Amino acid sequence: MKKSKSLLLMFALVLVISTVLAGCGGNNTNNGSNANTGNTANTGNTADTGNTATDEKLAADQTLKINLSAEPPTFDPAQAQDSQANTVLKTMYEGLTRMNDETGKAEPGIAESWEISADGLVYTFKLRDALWSNGDPVEAADFVRAWKRVLDPSTDPTAPYAYQLYYLKNGEEYYTKKVTDFAQVGVKAVDAKTLEVTLKAPTPYFLGLLSFYTYYPVHKSVEGNAKWATSKDTMIVNGPFTLTDWVTGQSLQVTKNDKYWDKDSIKLGKIDFSLVNSGATELLSYKNGELDRAGGPTGEIPTEQIPIVQKELPNEFNRKGIASVYYYEFNITEKPFTNAKIRKALAMSIDRQVLIDNVTLGGQLPAFGFVPPGIAGAEGEYRTAVKDSYFTEDLEQAKTLLAEGLKEEGLTKLPTVELTYNTSEGHKKIALAIADMWKQALGVDVKTVNQEWAVFIENRQHLNYQVARAGWVADYNDPMTFLDMWVTGGGNNDTGYANPEYDKLINDAKASSDLAKRQEDFAAAEKMLIEDDMVLIPLYYYTNNSLTKEYLKGVTLDFSGGIDLTRGYLLEH
Amino acid sequence: MASDHNMNLKPEDFLKIGVDEKEAEVIQRESLSAWQDSWQRLRQNKMAMTALVILGLIVLAALIGPLFSKFNYYSNDLLHTNKPPSSDHWFGTDDLGRDIFVRTWYGARISLLVGLAAAAIDLLIGVIYGGIMGYFGGRVDNIMNKVSEILYSIPYLLVVILLLVVLEPSLGTIILALTITGWITMAWIVRGEIMQLKNREFVLASRSMGAGSARLLFRHLLPNAVGPIIVTITLSVPNAIFAEAFLSFLGLGVQAPIASLGSMINDSLTGWLYYPWRFLFPAVLISLTMLSFNIFGDGLRDALDPKLKK
Amino acid sequence: MRMVRYVANKFFYMLVSLFVLISATFFLMKAIPGDPFTSEKKVPPEIKARLYEQYGLDKPLYHQYFKYLGDIAQGDLGVSMKRLNQDVTHLIGQTFSASLKLGVVAIIVSVIVGVILGMLAALYHRKFIDSAAMVIAVLGIAVPSFVVASILQYVFAYKLHLVPVSGFKGPLYYFLPVAALSAQPIAFIARLTRSSMLEVLHADYIKTAKAKGLSWFAILSRHVLRNGILPVVTYMGPMTANIVTGSVVIEQIFGIGGIGKQFVEAIGVRDYTVIMGITIFYGVLLMLARFITDIAYVFIDPRIKLSGGKEG
Repeated sequence: MKKSKSLLLMFALVLVISTVLAGCGGNNTNNGSNANTGNTANTGNTADTGNTATDEKLAADQTLKINLSAEPPTFDPAQAQDSQANTVLKTMYEGLTRMNDETGKAEPGIAESWEISADGLVYTFKLRDALWSNGDPVEAADFVRAWKRVLDPSTDPTAPYAYQLYYLKNGEEYYTKKVTDFAQVGVKAVDAKTLEVTLKAPTPYFLGLLSFYTYYPVHKSVEGNAKWATSKDTMIVNGPFTLTDWVTGQSLQVTKNDKYWDKDSIKLGKIDFSLVNSGATELLSYKNGELDRAGGPTGEIPTEQIPIVQKELPNEFNRKGIASVYYYEFNITEKPFTNAKIRKALAMSIDRQVLIDNVTLGGQLPAFGFVPPGIAGAEGEYRTAVKDSYFTEDLEQAKTLLAEGLKEEGLTKLPTVELTYNTSEGHKKIALAIADMWKQALGVDVKTVNQEWAVFIENRQHLNYQVARAGWVADYNDPMTFLDMWVTGGGNNDTGYANPEYDKLINDAKASSDLAKRQEDFAAAEKMLIEDDMVLIPLYYYTNNSLTKEYLKGVTLDFSGGIDLTRGYLLEH
Repeated sequence: MASDHNMNLKPEDFLKIGVDEKEAEVIQRESLSAWQDSWQRLRQNKMAMTALVILGLIVLAALIGPLFSKFNYYSNDLLHTNKPPSSDHWFGTDDLGRDIFVRTWYGARISLLVGLAAAAIDLLIGVIYGGIMGYFGGRVDNIMNKVSEILYSIPYLLVVILLLVVLEPSLGTIILALTITGWITMAWIVRGEIMQLKNREFVLASRSMGAGSARLLFRHLLPNAVGPIIVTITLSVPNAIFAEAFLSFLGLGVQAPIASLGSMINDSLTGWLYYPWRFLFPAVLISLTMLSFNIFGDGLRDALDPKLKK
Repeated sequence: MRMVRYVANKFFYMLVSLFVLISATFFLMKAIPGDPFTSEKKVPPEIKARLYEQYGLDKPLYHQYFKYLGDIAQGDLGVSMKRLNQDVTHLIGQTFSASLKLGVVAIIVSVIVGVILGMLAALYHRKFIDSAAMVIAVLGIAVPSFVVASILQYVFAYKLHLVPVSGFKGPLYYFLPVAALSAQPIAFIARLTRSSMLEVLHADYIKTAKAKGLSWFAILSRHVLRNGILPVVTYMGPMTANIVTGSVVIEQIFGIGGIGKQFVEAIGVRDYTVIMGITIFYGVLLMLARFITDIAYVFIDPRIKLSGGKEG
């Protein structure tokens, strides 16, 4: 019954797609000319498809089916602030640059080329001849408009990620109304195809930032239409795909945009996103052939099944380290956690490898520092140059430190430690495992407390906790995104940590454009944060675990686990 | 209607049965109180008695089961996670290497406690509230009914989250959270029954003989509504146990490492194909408990209903 | 005439209850820590202040409350605070339609299967069929719905390939969620039906009817079913409201964009306008269901008088 149905379907598809394929053949010849636009990654892909005749045959139906687990709250690049939005917006928009996930470098996107001034402050972008999905040309004014929307406090609602544009000269001042004339802000359309951007301070990772959604351009039709991003009919985009179907809470569909400038590199015809918020269902759907890809970052493989699918489906299982860190932080304003020795004792008595091998099960890397591997340093990776050997797991030393710490605090026994985590199967298991490790190793009584997400965040931000679970994902590819949060009074510093020396190191790094000097400052700061003060207990650096059908190629992950589906394609299967 | 039937009966069709005048006066049935009578009928119901015995065994095992094992419900053994049943761990181990035998019985204890406590509170509030609504009717009914409707409509999750924030997250808080709206179904069922019963002849008779409201309600109306009430209670217990499991599903159930059957099943669900023992023992136990409660409830209902006397 | 007064009276009470419900939920929601702009990565204070200002969250609580009441009075449920600029009515409409479609099918299935099982059990009281029907019914409540759902998925979708694992795109997609959704109501209805039919079967008027020589079918349909189904009708109100308002568990496991899932998500992210909107929607739905139940009572059981008027 089902077979005959799918046969019919296949037949219909073959009919429809054969015409499309004819078109594709013609497109391939254009790929050569695309190569000189500087898009090396795509040239690489083109080379692959050059072999199609011999070993890689494209499937007739180029519909990618993937689960997005949660619906993006918005499709307005100025309003987006989550990874789901990132996944979908990346298919619909293109910024000045595009990240090449393989090299980790920013490549030309809508900008064809650029020049950077000697002081690293002024960027002049030359825009290519790209079109919006309605046929209008993409111009410098579209970027100015988009960035003004983000930085303008009167945009309703205001952009929650406005601070991502504080790198621009007078960006923050414009938001806080210290500067009221937008002409003073560091973005200017010199002419239709030339955009000049002036920064507040030299920012080595700025080209990478430009590929981020807050920096995407928007079409002029968004002006005066507050609801433009709530319907597929009013969304005019400049990326490889356009939104063609949207059932709230259930499914999304994007379809190839023929107006996209690099449409010849796009082989997928459609991407179907389901919105299933259950890892078990997702995995079953994948195994059943209803999905082409499962797992992170768009969905998840249930923790316990990771080792199983790894064995069952070795050719489909992928693991990749991503630049995020999982840690426990202390409220260092509350006794007895004011004492660094007690904090160190707790950090040293956790067996991270045992935790990873038996509880988290995702092949994560034990963390002894705060900046994860994969983050760029002065040359190569930061973590390769600066080893995270700030402390070791050492039970004897932990016991000694605890005893000393308790003595200093005038205690004989550590009072029951309250370990708070937000509702999640994974966080719960880790908390229980660590509580037990502390109990066994140091005889410390631990009470694990599960809190509903928003309650947990509020408590943590108001320093209403003792030890709390936390995680940090890179915003951009630089150690700064991990280290500047710990400055005194920093918005995400939920520990109460205040160390003027630390602040100075971070400020020095911010002002400097000397990459080697910055790296030294970062290393010194990280040592202070972990080795000296142990403000937090690093547990592990994240990995992304996923399953990809063998016929699905070209889908890439960036350094922080952001997924790029646009260059994917399906082989015959 | 039916009176149109022509039966054509002749006197010969009737047979006189000789009745010994003395014998007729003898009370053949032993004089029993209503409860003894019910108990006797319950005892004859094999299914119900089996269910009762099983329930008793479950309660007993929940109380003493953990004593037979050298393990406790909270200690991890990370080097022996997800191990199948063995002579050491009779029911195997879970994802943190904890002993499932101990956790299952401990979880049963917690689930039963939650279920019974919640059902008892539901019963108490629901019967009184529903009884008053149904008996008095009119304005009283209207207002009380509205109040229950509003309570029923207030988003339950908001109440639970607030309770967990305001009160210490404990077993008591969970039970409280479960009863906040749990009694309303009971109240409505009772109300419906009472409304149906209150115009019956026996009520009128009692009323005309000067019976007060309380007497009418508690002596005449409620005992006659006992069937649906029992059915509702036997569903209240599983409902409360499942409601706790549902809270666990949303991560708001009992605080780990405390186990309940629902939370154990929920934890094991993603890997049930690979680690069936983790899923099977608590799932079979919870189903057995539910099954027994329901079958026993049915038997009890039949036994308590005087109209079914043969 | 009496009916009109009864209905008017009921509607007035409904409005009052709705007002109480709105007020209670509003303050309850505000009492819980967190707001729509709580996020793990903290937004700088100047941006947060601006967001509060734009959504009126910087105003005193009573001000927000009266403003909300004013908006509601004009029939405006507002826009979502989390799903930017999306109308709450649109969100409710979209998600409710999925839950409703699923719910209606599940209710029909539950009532038909439940009443039949219950009737069979009652008619063959203390016989094998009674026990069998009750065991089937009881199994429905003996296994938690998330277990039923997972097992159904595994057996019928994964092993037998009869239906899809998840999604909601056509008739085939109904089978598993409907089965999982109706297991419990079937059990409840079957038991209620059995219980009250047993009672009715032993009532004097049934004996009278039998004695009058009425056919079994006539007795069953005219007397037994009509009276025996009363508790089921009582239960139908809350059950209908319960089912069509969506089951988070089922919607989550089968990936259905229903209102139950939407509601739980909204509570999780403190999307105030959506929480209020769905609460009001649920409230109205529930009150209507109760209202219809009451009316249905009057038609099914002539002994019950309209409670809007004075007792005779």
